[in-house]
Amino acid sequence: MKKDNRKPVLELKDIHKSFGTNHVLKGFNMQLYEGENLVIMGKSGSGKSVMVKCIVGLVQPDRGSITIKDQDIITMGQKELDLLRTEIGFLFQGSALYDSMTVRENLEFPLRRHEDKVKNFQGTDASVKSALESVGLLHAIDMMPSELSGGMQRRVALARALILKPEIIMYDEPTTGLDPITANEIIQLMRSIQKEYNTSSLIITHDVDCARVISNRIILLVDGINYAEGTYEELSNSSDPQARAFFKN
Amino acid sequence: MSKSISFLDRTKSFFAEIGDMTYFAGRFFKELFSAPFEFKELIRQCYNMGIRSLFLVIVTGFILGLVFTLQSRPTLSDLGAESWMPSMISISIVREIGPVIIALICAGRIGSGIGAELGSMRVTEQIDAMEVSGTNPFKYLVVTRILAATLMLPLLVIAGDAIALVGSAIIENLKGDVSYTLYFNKVFDALSFNDVIPATVKTVFFGFAIGLVGTYKGYNCAKGTVGVGEASNSAVVYTSMLLFIIDFIAVFVSDIFFEI
Repeated sequence: MKKDNRKPVLELKDIHKSFGTNHVLKGFNMQLYEGENLVIMGKSGSGKSVMVKCIVGLVQPDRGSITIKDQDIITMGQKELDLLRTEIGFLFQGSALYDSMTVRENLEFPLRRHEDKVKNFQGTDASVKSALESVGLLHAIDMMPSELSGGMQRRVALARALILKPEIIMYDEPTTGLDPITANEIIQLMRSIQKEYNTSSLIITHDVDCARVISNRIILLVDGINYAEGTYEELSNSSDPQARAFFKN
Repeated sequence: MSKSISFLDRTKSFFAEIGDMTYFAGRFFKELFSAPFEFKELIRQCYNMGIRSLFLVIVTGFILGLVFTLQSRPTLSDLGAESWMPSMISISIVREIGPVIIALICAGRIGSGIGAELGSMRVTEQIDAMEVSGTNPFKYLVVTRILAATLMLPLLVIAGDAIALVGSAIIENLKGDVSYTLYFNKVFDALSFNDVIPATVKTVFFGFAIGLVGTYKGYNCAKGTVGVGEASNSAVVYTSMLLFIIDFIAVFVSDIFFEI
């Protein structure tokens, strides 16, 4: 994939992050381009989730720069960061649905303060129904999260991430904890959303099937640095044994 | 040596936590007066803390009045001072026993509830999800809960005090043949603004303490289910201690400004 002439929508340069004596990220670099599906793979505890939390400002890196659409998020104020966050959808590993609210209220929540940021906003009710329709869960609109299965919760969380029509979506382990059939449904849903909304996606996973189906490019994160980078075919046929070990199955 | 290091570390972490909580309280006041305001959530929290605690407060207050009167009656009878009963009971309940007991009950119900709810939201990344969606979770979750506790506790204490006096009046009526009119006439004769105002003002601080400690413990909950349990438990323990400290300060200050 040629990427040199394109402008990245998201760029990480020399990101370092430590928790006490545990150095999680040791100079990680990354660019995400418009319309691209970039997969970050790595072993458990390799710092994938920390990295993605640095991008949305939940964790402050010790060193380095993070630029989203030409804006440095590390130096920006809270109000600017909140506005920028409306352009980023985030799917949490455990769905993170608000369990005291119905599905409808979960989806309405991000709209409360930012409906003016949504392109072609049709009204709260229409937006909620449209987002739920795109994940095939319109019938669950008045249900509580506790009444939904794991796969349904993940889909509602995806609808919530889409409600502000973001340009970038981040998926933190989207298929973890799901059975293979449901995991495949989520992967297909991610693909259809990418086509429908033309989003740039950053996917954190160690699910090889997910990476194979969805990725345009893969970065292997090992010991806090970019260990290898390439397409699925390039990395799975790599001569490097550590890189190839990720794709053994 | 290791004992002294452990004591030093504990002292350090105690003061660090007080510092963190002071910063947390400062942030509350900063966010309280800045738009946007979460009125709908505030009303929901007032309902949760006020109306849903009312039954517990009524039962506690009623039994408090009954028991306090039953226990005090024999001693006052021996001294031939039964006629002082309404005055003594009303002043004791309104000034001290009512506010402290009701506040302790609310620390258990409201404080632990806030600690567990916010702790569980922290652990399941719901607070992170709010932050990522561009909503200020501190304003939505913390400010509304502290404010609701501050507003509701004085009302709950007033209700609890009133019910306690009703309980006391019933015992006086049954045991001492004192009519309800006479009992409440004596109660209102005995009580002055110097009794009611300081007692009500201190319940505002009690409510603030319950909300502050509960939200602080829950919002900063450590990861895992153990963390949620600890947040809930320590919210009640810290609040109960803080209530007695506030009570002491309130009585001390009242003594300076009011004739008690």
